[in-house]
Amino acid sequence: MNTLQFRVTDNGADGGHMPDPAARERLRGRIYRTGLWLLLMVISSLFLLFLIAFIARAQLPDWQSLVGSGAPLADNWPLWLTSALLLCASLALQWAKTAAQHGLASLCRASFLLGGLFALSFLAGQLWVWQRFVEDGYLVSGNPANSFFYLLTGLHGLHLIGGLVGWTVIAARLFGRQHSLQPLAIELCTRYWHFLLGLWLLLFLVLTRSQETYQAIAAFCGLR
Amino acid sequence: MTYAEQAENEALHEPKSFLTRYIWSQDHKVIAIQYSLTAIFVGLIALVLSGLMRLQLGFPGSLEFMDPAAYYQAMTMHGMIMVIYLLTALFLGGFGNYLIPLMVGARDMVFPYVNMLSYWFYLLSVLVLIASFFAPGGPTGAGWTLYPPQAITQGTPGTDWGIVLMLVSLALFIVAATMGGLNYVTTILQARTHGMTLLRMPLSVWGIFMATVLALLAFPALFVSAVMMLFDRLLGTSFFMPAIISMGQPLEHQGGSPILFQHLFWFFGHPEVYIVALPAFGLVSDLISTHARKNIFGYRMMVWAIIAIGVLSFVVWAHHMYVSGMNPYFGFFFAFTTLVIAVPTALKVYNWVLTLWHGDIHLTVPMLFALAFILTFLVGGLTGLFLGNVIVDVPLSDTYFVVAHFHMVMGVAPILVVFGAIYHWFPKISGRMLNDRLGRWHFWITFLGTYAIYFPMHYLGFLGMPRRYYAYENYEFIPQSAHDLNAFITVAALLVGTAQLLFLFNLAWSTFKGKPAGANPWHANSLEWQTPETPPRHGNWGRKLPVVHRWPYDYSVPGLAQDYLPQTISDQQMAQLKSGQPPASEQPAAERPTGPGDQR
Repeated sequence: MNTLQFRVTDNGADGGHMPDPAARERLRGRIYRTGLWLLLMVISSLFLLFLIAFIARAQLPDWQSLVGSGAPLADNWPLWLTSALLLCASLALQWAKTAAQHGLASLCRASFLLGGLFALSFLAGQLWVWQRFVEDGYLVSGNPANSFFYLLTGLHGLHLIGGLVGWTVIAARLFGRQHSLQPLAIELCTRYWHFLLGLWLLLFLVLTRSQETYQAIAAFCGLR
Repeated sequence: MTYAEQAENEALHEPKSFLTRYIWSQDHKVIAIQYSLTAIFVGLIALVLSGLMRLQLGFPGSLEFMDPAAYYQAMTMHGMIMVIYLLTALFLGGFGNYLIPLMVGARDMVFPYVNMLSYWFYLLSVLVLIASFFAPGGPTGAGWTLYPPQAITQGTPGTDWGIVLMLVSLALFIVAATMGGLNYVTTILQARTHGMTLLRMPLSVWGIFMATVLALLAFPALFVSAVMMLFDRLLGTSFFMPAIISMGQPLEHQGGSPILFQHLFWFFGHPEVYIVALPAFGLVSDLISTHARKNIFGYRMMVWAIIAIGVLSFVVWAHHMYVSGMNPYFGFFFAFTTLVIAVPTALKVYNWVLTLWHGDIHLTVPMLFALAFILTFLVGGLTGLFLGNVIVDVPLSDTYFVVAHFHMVMGVAPILVVFGAIYHWFPKISGRMLNDRLGRWHFWITFLGTYAIYFPMHYLGFLGMPRRYYAYENYEFIPQSAHDLNAFITVAALLVGTAQLLFLFNLAWSTFKGKPAGANPWHANSLEWQTPETPPRHGNWGRKLPVVHRWPYDYSVPGLAQDYLPQTISDQQMAQLKSGQPPASEQPAAERPTGPGDQR
């Protein structure tokens, strides 16, 4: 964050008067929230384009559904399990955010830590799903449906890893010497987690549909 | 410690060491210069490549090393570097970084650390790109559009390392552009100074703003296509690769869709045209208004036109694919949207011309470049109307007519604005004027030279001369006159290319020896000319942020002795000016500029 933005002498038409710290904090919040919304817009655009490519590619005759009998997602309980982990991560962070706003330090720290750990376990779960794919012989180049599964889950995971970098920085400060609660940083982190949960549920929904559904979506979108 | 105290203390921590001030700098002005110098450097490589190509076309066989593979590699790298690594980086990373905080009255970008990362990712992407020249097999020769299947099929130059490095470099560039873009948009939306409403922003900021929004939404499409092609190339997937027999052997791929790549690529590729054009539109509007000493005609219309062009640019992409065998009804739709986008674009051209009408036109070097832009953009835009119609496009597709069209409209036209803008803002950046005489030589050679290059190309295109051919000998349909024209074009191209040395020399010489410029040599109104120091120091505004009272286009206001009214002048100060008193200047912003460069 650019602290220069808030030099004490800046503010008001006449300049010079001491603005109140709460106003500064509000401005700071506005700037960070705008930045995050823009980032989420870019990521949404990225995944939307991937999904359009997915639907378009699924129309071609060599597509082999991942949900047919014997296919790895015919029974998709592992994905439900990982989804539950990511949901827990989101809930824990939401808890941390509320606690930070109310100044409940130890509750905030504990739930913030828990949110990150659940996210890590989600990633481990996704890797385990990948391993099941490999064991079943569904390799990345075997079929475009497999390729997309690895690509989309992998990219989603990379975005979560990016989030975990931010989470580590905040956690280090949260448990650092100053013990400051940083409600804004936690709020932004939480929002990113919620976004990634929503994105994952969308990916889950799309990846586990039958080919007929893809054909219907393509027909609806004018891709067929 | 409260946040405010912290802010005050940190604000004093101006970087002191050489490393933090010039290398790992978080100051938007330094980052802008880093971006610009890198872009100009890599652009010079692309310029040399174009010279090599022209030598082959005009005087076949004159270069020993120029075989078909080298030609295609030169062509691919020339196109990609010019569009992405020069123009996009220069307009957004260079001008965007320098001008946005100064023009909206901010002390810096809102996320300076991310801004710094943006430059270093850009530099990394450039280094990866340049590395491909030295990789086994050389850089990719797939054409700048990188169409599969040929981009990653044996036989195309650079399928070993070149294409991989190209795709990785593009991905890195997109990360850099995204980090920069988040900064530009957030700064414009949230860090404007007091009184700087959206509709008081200079059109430069509007153009860069909208271009950045396009970049944030469109670059993901390039990222998607780059990642999926990397998968096809490295992991053997078949996103884009159909079943192919290559050199007698069936490849592992099957069933992929090359057309899908084209759609993704052009969903990025067409907005990319406007990512380059919109900042040029904005900057040139400010140049024209300032040097014609007249308010821009139809400011609100100009803003809405920028927004309309930005929105429409997302629904015209398939006009690049008329000959790809798509559904004819699609062609109908995309021809329609393509012609619709001409409406706001033409509106802007009319408004520039109407701004000039009855203006007090100063034929300074920036103004010469701005006028040349209007003409060039008109020529390139009109041939765009030809090509936007399916029935005209089909016979002209893949001919030199297309080459001439896109070079005029998104090569020459934006680069003329780049030059004009550098001549215009260099005094603020360096505190010194660029040499006027050298600038005029540079202008006339570049302007007339580019017409000597590209006008004949339209004719060659009508003759049916196909683009992307390594050599044109022994084709019955290409007459001797076309070969003569090709030689002429090559001579002109080499002359224009060499003339850029004048510009580089001028930049280097004037940085140290140029005439001191003073704070506001063009007597311009926008905020960047009202900084307390020139060049602006870290934090831009000294003790207090400027306060904005008006739009930036109050030139030649009736009843005033001076023909400009900076944005920082209040109505009260204006009344004083009208009554002949010097304005009581509360701020350095209102000071009248003085200095040896101040000779209007």
